[in-house]
This record gives sequence, C-alpha cells and structure tokens, in this order.
Amino acid sequence: MNPDLVIVTTAILVSSASALVGTFLVLRRMALLCDAISHAVLPGIVLAYWLSGGARATLPALLGAAAAGLVTVSLVEWLTRTGRVKNDAAIGIVFPALFSLGVLAVSLYFRQVHLDLDAVLYGEIAYAPLNTLWLWGLELPESWLVMGLLTLLNLLFVLLFYKELKLSTFDAGLAASLGFAPGVLHYALMALVSFTAVGAFQSVGAILIVAFLIIPPATAYLLTRRLPTMLLLAVGVGVVASLGGYALAIWLDASIAGMMATVAGVCFALAFLFSPLEGFLTTRLRRRRQRLEVAARLLVAHLAHHPQPVSEQEIMAEFGWHPRFLRQAREKALQAGWLEARREGLWPTSRGRALGQGPSVP
Amino acid sequence: MTLTQTATLPLEVRDLTVVYREQPVLWDVDLAIPPGQLSAIVGPNGAGKSTLLKAVLGLVPRASGQVWFFGQSLREARARIGYVPQRNTVDWDFPTSVLDVVMMGLYGQLGWFRRPGKREREAAMHCLEQVSLQDLAHRQIAQLSGGQQQRVFLARALAQNADLYFMDEPFAGVDAVTEEAILQVLHGLKSQGKTVVVVHHDLETVREYFDHLTLLNVQVIASGPMEETFTSENLRRTYGAKARTGG
Repeated sequence: MNPDLVIVTTAILVSSASALVGTFLVLRRMALLCDAISHAVLPGIVLAYWLSGGARATLPALLGAAAAGLVTVSLVEWLTRTGRVKNDAAIGIVFPALFSLGVLAVSLYFRQVHLDLDAVLYGEIAYAPLNTLWLWGLELPESWLVMGLLTLLNLLFVLLFYKELKLSTFDAGLAASLGFAPGVLHYALMALVSFTAVGAFQSVGAILIVAFLIIPPATAYLLTRRLPTMLLLAVGVGVVASLGGYALAIWLDASIAGMMATVAGVCFALAFLFSPLEGFLTTRLRRRRQRLEVAARLLVAHLAHHPQPVSEQEIMAEFGWHPRFLRQAREKALQAGWLEARREGLWPTSRGRALGQGPSVP
Repeated sequence: MTLTQTATLPLEVRDLTVVYREQPVLWDVDLAIPPGQLSAIVGPNGAGKSTLLKAVLGLVPRASGQVWFFGQSLREARARIGYVPQRNTVDWDFPTSVLDVVMMGLYGQLGWFRRPGKREREAAMHCLEQVSLQDLAHRQIAQLSGGQQQRVFLARALAQNADLYFMDEPFAGVDAVTEEAILQVLHGLKSQGKTVVVVHHDLETVREYFDHLTLLNVQVIASGPMEETFTSENLRRTYGAKARTGG
C-alpha cells in the first residue's frame, strides 16, 4: 500500500467526518465545547484501555471516549445550570480537570506501554500506513476502517436527521413544542463529536482535531448563507487542507497534522478577507466604491446648477475635498458619461443632467 | 385525572407553579382560556408571562400543576398547538431562507425523517402571502428587518395550522405595517374559530385588540372577558404590587 495515499486518504476522512458534525457545532455556538470534548476524551480512552487489559483495541477506546465526551457535556451543562458559574468558565473548569486525570493516568500507570503522550497530544498520522489489519484477505490500514466508518456514521446522521438538526439548531423551542426531542439530538450530536474526536485522535491528536472540527465549517460560514452549501464547502475546505497540508509538509519536511491545520487556517483567513458575502476587504472595497459613486453623483448634481463650467479649485474649496478624492470622483463620473472635461472646467452631459432629476440624488 | 376538567376549553391550567432557584416565578396559577377568542396575558416585567407559555408547553420544568389542551394532555394535543416564540430567541444569521423557516412550521405534520417537498413549499408560500412577504421568500433571513422577522414567525405559525396558538410578545418593537399585518392574521385566525393566546405588554392597545384578558404578576390577579377584567382596580393590583416591591 502506498503510504502517501494512506496518509492523505486518512486525513480526508478525518476532515470530512469532522466538518459534517463541526458545521452544527459552529451554528450552535459550541466551538469551545468541542475543544473541551476533544481533550476530555483522554481519560475515557485510558479507562477503556485499562479495562480491556491493555490491548490497543479500537472499539473500547471509542466507547470510553464517547462516554467521557458525554460526561463532559453533562458536567458543563450541570455547572452552568446551577447559575454559579458561567458557561465559558464551566467549560474551562471541566475539561482541564478531565484531561489532567487522563494525563496523570497515562504517566503513572502506562509508562511502559504503547500510549505515549506526544502521540496523544499531536497525533501521528505518519504512522497511519503502519497500523494495518486483515479484512476479507486484504491488508488494510486501520485508519481507513475506523475513519471510514465514522465518516459514514456522521454522514448518515446528518442525512437522516437533516431536517430535525436544522430545526433544533435554529429554534430549539419550536423543535421541542413540535415533539422533536432536541435534547436527544443534542446528546447524539455530542456523542458523534466524541467518536470523531477519538477516531481522529491517533491521526491528528487532541489539540489539532479542533482545527478540523471548527475551522472548515467556520470558513464555509463566511462563504454562504445556505446550510447544504455550508456543509459541502466545509468538507471541501477539509479536503483542501488535507491535500495542501500534506504536500507542504513533505516539501518543507514539517509536521503533517500541523501543516494541515495551518492550511485550514489560511483558508479561513482568505475567506475572512475576500468572501463575496461579508469579507473584510470585500466590504471595504464595496464601501469605497459606494462612497465614490455618491461623490460622483454629488459632483454632477452640483455642476448642473451652475450656468458655466466650474474649475476644480472651486469644487475642492466648496466641498472641502482632497485633490485625490476629487480626481477619483471625477474619473468615476467621466467613466459613467455624466461629465465631460472642457477647457474651462467640468461640464455635465445630458445624461448627467438627467441623473440630477432622479429621486436617488437629493 | 379529575372529573371537573372541561373538554371544550382550549387551555385549562390548574395549580401551576414554576420555581427558579427557590424563587417562585409563577405561583399557583389557575387559568381557563375560552375557545375562539383572542386572549391577552398582560403584566409587568418579570411577572412570568413568557414563563407561563413555556411552562404550559413543557419547555421549562414545572414544580407543580396540571395542564389540559382541549381536555387532552400536551402529548395528545401537540399537533393542535402552535407556538410563536419571541423573535430574539433565535439566531437570525443562521444560513437559511425565509421560505425554509416557514416550512419548519410543517415539520410537525411531516414527523421524523420525512422531507418537505413541493406540497410543503406551496403551503409555506401561501402562508407567506398572508403576511405579504411572498416577494422575500428566497431572501436570506439575515437580511430581514425586525418587523419582517416577526411576520416570518407568524407565517410559520400559520403553516402549523393549529387550533390553539401561543404568541410571545409578537407586537414588541415592530413597525406599523407589521402591527397591522399581525392584527389581520389574528382576526383571520379568530374568524376560523381558532384560539390565540398572546403575551402583550402594551396597555394602550390591549383593550382594542383582544377579547379576553389575564392579568398576571407571578399569580393570576384577574382573568375574564376584557370589559369585566380591564378595570383600574385590577390594573393597580397587577402593577402596583410590583412597584411596591421594586422600590
């Protein structure tokens, strides 16, 4: 089996599984909670590992992690409900507590065994081709099986409960009053996030999984106002981060998971700046264009009231405009065919005069 | 089960108490809402008006009390009940369209797993027409004004096609056009024999808009037909008590 192929496909599966559930986390404003879950699954994994007699079995680890994830969510919600601790503080209290339990357990009891902290924190996607298992006479990477099943599970969940997830995310009150049990869906989603976190654990580690769960959906959110498109775009950004991150990591001989998260971050930055919806730069450019448009109309309307052409000096004095701004507004008006430049100064065309009678200019 | 419950009443509440951290928000509320009328729940801030709706609909836990809808339990009568929450309870930046939000009102009839189709889109469109928003059907909800948001919620409630509606402050902070549209919808519902229970905050308009009045301040101060209930003595008991405790 080609190791490059195994690593890249594993990463694509991790990012797809994450983007599917991550989209709903972002929309529910629970990004921070997913950070907590991804860390707090550690004691669950350690406990499952210990209960299964030290065998590196995947199924007990998944179940242990899911249990730990749900314990985290329940504890956070319980603490918040007491009214003594705010939600963000509750998250900040619960997950270090659980995570440190896991770290202590690993360092105290599993010193000799194959469960080292670096792999837990940072993941070792480079080892993905080494862990294989035999299935139907084929030697397959374990990560394909685990992440493939998790991606399928998340996909089925989103497809089957799409309507119910959308409703309970947008308006939990209506969902409840229609009898759709938003609480059950909430915990099911949290269980899947925990599953995904532990499945992705071995690949990208406890810290970077958050990058895969949150960054692609957050990027997609900046690019669309349709939920199906957002889901597709989130998966797409994850795939781009996987492919681009792997290529760059090989080229620069850097951490694979780290580079994938970096590429995801770059995607977010690009969407933030250039999104056609409300990108930071796009909005500024649009505002600038609008301001120039208004200035050009103002200029034309002003000139239309004068019996003869007006010099640029006079215009600058009257409007208090900077020469550069006048030049830009003039260019705009000339391009639109509202003005013509004569020897004595600027003079409105018939189109420009017609503009002045329109309702859009006061 | 008691024998005294009345099957014809759209809503009957008995001994309802809701407690929030040892503090009663609603205390021993008894309520009977008559059928086919527009009914207002009025009281000062913090009187528990919204909580009353939520407790009745099972959205907040009750410390005690029983609730019947048309003589049935919430579970049995669920399909006959429509709910319009305050519009600031949802995230209007959610990536979805106006028509999509209205179709959510039909999810209850669809049940689990079934997806809305052409029939549902047409029904939702029809409801949007009733609040004059058909032109904005494919608009993203982030681009709506406050009044338009409220009308979208109203259209969604119409799509539920319920017999009993609960609306939480639908008139709060809306423009005159929306206020008129809401009133038209309310009268339309009444003419179809439906019952509407509205949490209202404006004493100026309550007498003009509604047939039945419940004055609430943690307890029910008075409840009955508008003319009998809207008295200065009752209003003083509702708002005056609050003023004393408030300072």
